[in-house]
Amino acid sequence: MARVTLLGRLADAAGWRERTIDAGTIAGLRAALTTDVPGLALDADTVVVIVNDVVTRGNVAIEPDDEVGFMPPMSGG
Amino acid sequence: MVVVDEHAFEPGAMLTALCAGGSDSGGVVSFVGLCRGEPDGANVSTLILDAHPTYTVKAIADMEGEARRRWPLHDVVIRHRHGRVLPGEAIVFVGVAARHRRAAFEAADYLMDQLKTRAPFWKKEEGKARSVWLDPKPEEQERAMRWELQA
Repeated sequence: MARVTLLGRLADAAGWRERTIDAGTIAGLRAALTTDVPGLALDADTVVVIVNDVVTRGNVAIEPDDEVGFMPPMSGG
Repeated sequence: MVVVDEHAFEPGAMLTALCAGGSDSGGVVSFVGLCRGEPDGANVSTLILDAHPTYTVKAIADMEGEARRRWPLHDVVIRHRHGRVLPGEAIVFVGVAARHRRAAFEAADYLMDQLKTRAPFWKKEEGKARSVWLDPKPEEQERAMRWELQA
């Protein structure tokens, strides 16, 4: 089970910001999220994934209690 | 030092503290970013900044590290709010102390360019009639690129 955080417009679109989701890989998480929220924009080209505060690319495995964030393009500070 | 939280802060007090940091510094440069309202008071009533609970402060701390590698700095203070901010309220404080003013000026300028382009915040303008998430500004990205050319 991964602790998932959606940032910015993704949280608005999903209607939630933090949730625990059962998935073994990043791809599995994306699939679970888009099943839960059809049309949720999680394109790898525009949405950055962080796992335990580290930017992560590709379809990596997720360990139990990993914290995964999906970050759309940043507005900046 | 990097602080990212939802609390309002007093920029003057932060600058005073930075200036009192030690006698080795010959210059302190600071910047305060404010929440800008519309000229006629229309539309924008609240700015909402979303931040990641842990990654945002980590990313900004990395920016401080980069600034310290580029310039000889004595002290760096970065304070950034997230959550709801009203027009006129301070959003960000960047303060840099160095032995010589040139390093302090350049490092502060660099840090603000990095904060405007690479800091993990997501801004939403919430007005009477609409709410909209703000996209990154191309001109800010262009400004930040100049530091890469100087690296």
